[in-house]
Amino acid sequence: MKRGGSPRSDRPVRRARYVRAGDCGLYVYFEQVIDPGVNRRVRELASRLRRAALPGVADIVPSYAAVYVRYDPLVTSFDEVAARCRLLEAGLDGPEPLAPRVYLLPTVYGGEYGPDLEEVARYHGLAPEEVVRLHSSTDYYIYFIGFTPGFPFLGGLSPRLATPRREVPRTRVPAGSVGIAGSQTGVYPVSSPGGWRLIGRTPVPLFRPDREPPAVLEPGHYVRFVPVTEDEFHRIRAAVAAGKYEVETAPANGSRETGRGAGGTGPGGTRP
Amino acid sequence: MIEVVAPGLYTTIQDAGRPGLQHYGVPVQGAADMAALVLGNRLVGNPPGAAALEATLQGPTLRFHVETVIAVTGADLGAMLNAQPLPVGQTVRVRPGDVLSFRGGRRGCRAYICVAGGIDVPVVLGGRSTDPLAGLGGLPGAPGRPLRAGGRVPVGRPPASMHRLLGRRVRWVFVPDRFVARVVPGPQEDFFPREAIREFFTSEYEVTAASDRMGLRLAGPPVRRLPGEMLSEGQPLGAVQVPPSGQPLVLLAGRATVGGYPKLGIVVTPDVSLLAQARPGDRIRFRPISGRDAEELYRHWWRLLHAETVITQPR
Repeated sequence: MKRGGSPRSDRPVRRARYVRAGDCGLYVYFEQVIDPGVNRRVRELASRLRRAALPGVADIVPSYAAVYVRYDPLVTSFDEVAARCRLLEAGLDGPEPLAPRVYLLPTVYGGEYGPDLEEVARYHGLAPEEVVRLHSSTDYYIYFIGFTPGFPFLGGLSPRLATPRREVPRTRVPAGSVGIAGSQTGVYPVSSPGGWRLIGRTPVPLFRPDREPPAVLEPGHYVRFVPVTEDEFHRIRAAVAAGKYEVETAPANGSRETGRGAGGTGPGGTRP
Repeated sequence: MIEVVAPGLYTTIQDAGRPGLQHYGVPVQGAADMAALVLGNRLVGNPPGAAALEATLQGPTLRFHVETVIAVTGADLGAMLNAQPLPVGQTVRVRPGDVLSFRGGRRGCRAYICVAGGIDVPVVLGGRSTDPLAGLGGLPGAPGRPLRAGGRVPVGRPPASMHRLLGRRVRWVFVPDRFVARVVPGPQEDFFPREAIREFFTSEYEVTAASDRMGLRLAGPPVRRLPGEMLSEGQPLGAVQVPPSGQPLVLLAGRATVGGYPKLGIVVTPDVSLLAQARPGDRIRFRPISGRDAEELYRHWWRLLHAETVITQPR
């Protein structure tokens, strides 16, 4: 199984840059690259900030290489939050605190579930089966969740599958759709309009507002798409509807298993 | 309960939103004009962030099936209680059978119908706001959707002493004569030549009809930006985004949690409330302000919003 990017060891570590964002926010910028090593520092700073529970800090939003922090100016200030962040920045480059795991997302490829599979295959001069093989043989690194609820920003798509967006976006993309846009691949957790090339669909819900946390996938771990038949898709979907399905995970480099992630930092409490 | 006779153009349930969940991709949402929500709730004796109805340009027609106290704040959309005009920013008693309607108005975009006891739909992820993106909030059975004719809006129990709420008025400018928004420059100043930033602050932009709760889409002199891409990152309320077309967007309460267009600056929170009242065709100018001054301005605005003196009691 290919890994969608391992932390680069040759990247020199620089101090983060602090930039004001309006009257109640700031950005902490790391080196502006899409790189799991840089993203690890982003995640670590975000989780330290959350644990520190600084007075007046209202929102902590990590992304590829930045953390946006919103604060309450009645309680604190840019200078104060920036100073506290600086203190938390020390030692961000320790060992990866997460035991990385892989979320296994059963996916039906092609047909009505992936209406653009044939087109993507033609675009690259590949057989559709080869597109499926390539797409499902990588573990994709989860950089962050955002844009819409539960939407994972994934890294590691094979350059052989990079495909431009559709010229005319669809007005409705069903929840669970697995797609490709440029050099990104991802899953639509909720139905929305969208221009991604749809190659498949997973029955696993990635956003569950009645659960804590509501986003099923946790940054720092990986996603693997596992090809399944239409029958299997419907069986899983029925189990999901009956509340009897939990997403399966595997250690990032080991055998398949289900259930809880590694302690409190794993892909969080997915078993009842 | 309030019966929806006609829903109006786009009427949703909004409160203070769902802050603190953006790292799960959950948008903040909440009232686009937070000042109008806070003051409307204060008028009718609710907590400042209680849920209310947010009407857009053409208000709804509502029939009350409860006795309670209401106030309309924000835009003047021509509110009428039965056959009587109901001015913006004052409380009035409603009885079962009373009908609130809107005959239209020329000032402002969003009116808030605040009801003593609040709109009492179930709390989802810490809020009652309607979120079309996430399919959350709104009336039970219609998650993420605006009001529809025939809908029944549950309201909380009004306080026992309603009479003390009657005749209250608020002194506040909800819709300015001219829209001037103060902007803290950054964080992507590097994307814009110095000259382009100066042009932005000396130009006038028109609000287009493509604007919605996610953001104001503006038309005017294109903002010149350097080529290149930036990485997607969290996006604040009031962010002035510049897509490749150069036509700026100002992000409002309904924005997604992250975005990848460079931001020339961020509109200060008090002025985001005012911009939420700009309707298509209105013109906006921007002025730079320092971050330190902006923080101070925020504090002043918030204290004023919660000040005793803003609400006047009848003698």
